Amino acid sequence: MKLGDSLRGIVRKIAKSSKIDKYFVEEMVRDIQRALLQADVNVRHVMQLSKNLKERALSEDLHPRLNPREHVIKVLYDEIVDIIGKGVEIPLSKQKIMLVGLQGSGKTTTVAKLAKYFKNKNLKTAVICADTFRPGAYDQLSQLVGEHGIGFYGEKREKDAIKIVKNGLKALKDYEVIIADTAGRHALEEDLIKEMIDLEKVFQPDYKFLVLDAAIGQLASKQAKAFHDAIGISGIIITKFDGTAKGGGSLSASKETSIPIAFIGTGERIDDLEKFDPERFVSRLLGMGDLKSLLEKAEEVFAEEDLDPKALLKGKFTLKDMYKQMEAMNKMGPINKIFDMLPFGFNFDVKDDMFETTQEKMAKFKVIMDSMTDEELENPKIINTSRIHRIARGSGTSPQEVKELLKYHRTMKNVMKSLKSGKIPFKKLAKKFGM
Amino acid sequence: MFDFLKKRFNKLKKELDEEVEISTSQKVKSLILEQEIILDERKVSKILGELELILLEGDVALEVVDKISEELKANLVGKKKKIGVRLSNLVEHELIKVLKKLFYSSSFDFYKYIEEREKPVVILFVGVNGTGKTTTIAKVAKKLMDRDHSVVIAAGDTFRAGAIEQIEEHATNLGVKLIKHKAGSDPSAVIYDAIQHARAKKIDIVLADSAGRMHTKKNLLDQLEKIKRINSPDLIVFVDESTAGNDCVERARMFNETVGIDGSILTKLDADPKGGSAISVAYITGKPIIFFGIGQEYDDLIEFDADWLIDRILGKNSD
Ligand SMILES: Nc1nc2c(ncn2[C@@H]2O[C@H](COP(=O)(O)OP(=O)(O)O)[C@@H](O)[C@H]2O)c(=O)[nH]1
Ligand SMILES: Nc1nc2c(ncn2[C@@H]2O[C@H](COP(=O)(O)OP(=O)(O)O)[C@@H](O)[C@H]2O)c(=O)[nH]1
Ligand SMILES: [Mg+2]
Ligand SMILES: [Mg+2]
Repeated sequence: MKLGDSLRGIVRKIAKSSKIDKYFVEEMVRDIQRALLQADVNVRHVMQLSKNLKERALSEDLHPRLNPREHVIKVLYDEIVDIIGKGVEIPLSKQKIMLVGLQGSGKTTTVAKLAKYFKNKNLKTAVICADTFRPGAYDQLSQLVGEHGIGFYGEKREKDAIKIVKNGLKALKDYEVIIADTAGRHALEEDLIKEMIDLEKVFQPDYKFLVLDAAIGQLASKQAKAFHDAIGISGIIITKFDGTAKGGGSLSASKETSIPIAFIGTGERIDDLEKFDPERFVSRLLGMGDLKSLLEKAEEVFAEEDLDPKALLKGKFTLKDMYKQMEAMNKMGPINKIFDMLPFGFNFDVKDDMFETTQEKMAKFKVIMDSMTDEELENPKIINTSRIHRIARGSGTSPQEVKELLKYHRTMKNVMKSLKSGKIPFKKLAKKFGM
Repeated sequence: MFDFLKKRFNKLKKELDEEVEISTSQKVKSLILEQEIILDERKVSKILGELELILLEGDVALEVVDKISEELKANLVGKKKKIGVRLSNLVEHELIKVLKKLFYSSSFDFYKYIEEREKPVVILFVGVNGTGKTTTIAKVAKKLMDRDHSVVIAAGDTFRAGAIEQIEEHATNLGVKLIKHKAGSDPSAVIYDAIQHARAKKIDIVLADSAGRMHTKKNLLDQLEKIKRINSPDLIVFVDESTAGNDCVERARMFNETVGIDGSILTKLDADPKGGSAISVAYITGKPIIFFGIGQEYDDLIEFDADWLIDRILGKNSD
């Protein structure tokens, strides 16, 4: 796909959504359904959400400061936040915490991360290895916390986890925060579920976290329910959020059990733990990208720039303006990142390789523009064939590339024009990006 | 009295009439049922929509569901069918055909391969974090030893805390020789040593572990590239978990494209996912699924059976 084509596509798509009607909502809901299914949200929950969404989107009054598309997104956002809650506040005080979950979900790693988190808040923290099942579990946890000034209790050859926890509680009575690691298990492993129930009784944790892999699929809600029924879970921790998995399984788990999400694991290192942020989570889930931080960042960048929005709206969009726009974009990071961060009104069909060439091209365009005179930059119309050849020589590029730049400029100028015409609901937003 | 008789008669007559009516309509119906109609897109799409939900509930990734659905549509729209044949049956039949084609076109006899291949056969296990690589290596070692092959394991995960101790315990339990270096050392070198050991001791198979790595981390994938370059494994087996949903597609694609894999193993089927991730992985990589992991014991590894999996996803298994 050529750049110009795709830009036209964007404009068309945005313009199309300026009216809210049944057809629009249905198409929108279809998009959202696909995003949710792709994120591994439980199929039944997706259907339920779509139904609520359709009803609310068409029946509620528009928020005065939102355009119709934003309104629908807001409704959806509310629906989802309603499910996952606002996160869990863990007090920084004396407490016991127990982690449970499926095999390989990241419990042991997360025990170490949590311990470090409390240790950093100046609480005297220790961990207990109550996984007597997985080979190497003892070594793994003791090595993980080893160099971090975190206490450790475990019994390498003991097979009775209950006994270890009892002994551990005695040995660690001077500690303020004690976190227990447990063996992996799933709902159908009756013996292990029973062991977990017994462990809970002996350890008497204040918080019981269910650790879920961000990639978990359709079985998430069923599994979560089984853990919740067995011991009563107080929060969910999502791990491996540094990959490409979107974490929809944990949303479904959260819905099924009415348990909020507490933390997010974002890597293998002990510091890769974040407090749960519903807004970011929802953005990622829907493929809307990190809208909030993008807007903040955009505002920051444009505050420093002397990009003249008034000139833009007057329909004047010189090569100089484009240059500034490109610089602003550069400061905000690679172009595809920026597009990723846009809400899905902008989530048009563009191939990744287009972004790559664009990124490269941007750099080249700047070099080319550096070889232009002020007059040419202000009034690109005067650039004829002989000027093209001169610019190409001066910038060490080819006439073909100079022509490409001019073509890109014309396309962008057209985009500016459509923005100006006011047909586009996201005008305000678009302006922020200097589009 | 008379009235009463008349009423009865009328009632009887009505019943008879109805009977006649039914039998004619049935005759007409069966005539129609033998007729053929051409499937149009609208009808097919509606049924496909339902089928898509079944696949999605079975953990087949959306991207793969879309592709399968397109293929089915292409196979069905414009085709003729007898009116008496239910469209949903026809579509399901076609789906089963497509899936069987997918699995049979890439089927692979693991044990035969091992038998015939020049020794030592070197198998490298790769995948993202926590999918079950190490445990699966222990299970595969057991299976191979049950068939009278000799095995050596390379402790190729030198990165994760406790990884060497973990695989060492498995090796001890199974009575398999383990070649290990210090934590943090170069995994290529450990595997190299294990291969040298196998050559010297005439051991049939080298099973090489590797650290879990996210498919998004280029430097970690490069490290696998290096292992591959130095040790030229005969097989690279991608281990993923059947409990994972759509992300299987991303990982499988990334590992297949960057490292190159020869087949996959899907673990944790005992946690009761439907198993659709096996379809996603097979579809995206075009490589065979070799085993399913079905528990944490050494014998909890079963050979992949396409028919069984398809029945399971379509909800036809008796168990
Ligand atoms: N990339 C990444 N890997 C993680 C994360 N949390 C855990 N892991 C890895 O996942 C694997 C399984 O983790 P582990 O703590 O042993 O899981 P457990 O079996 O539930 O105790 C290990 O390789 C960990 O390093 C995370 O947030 N990101
Ligand atoms: N239930 C179940 N657990 C498994 C299976 N395969 C591996 N596991 C468990 O998953 C966890 C992670 O396995 P491991 O082999 O360490 O994964 P690796 O990080 O990929 O090497 C361990 O607790 C294993 O016991 C399986 O087929 N079923
Ligand atoms: Mg563990
Ligand atoms: Mg491992």
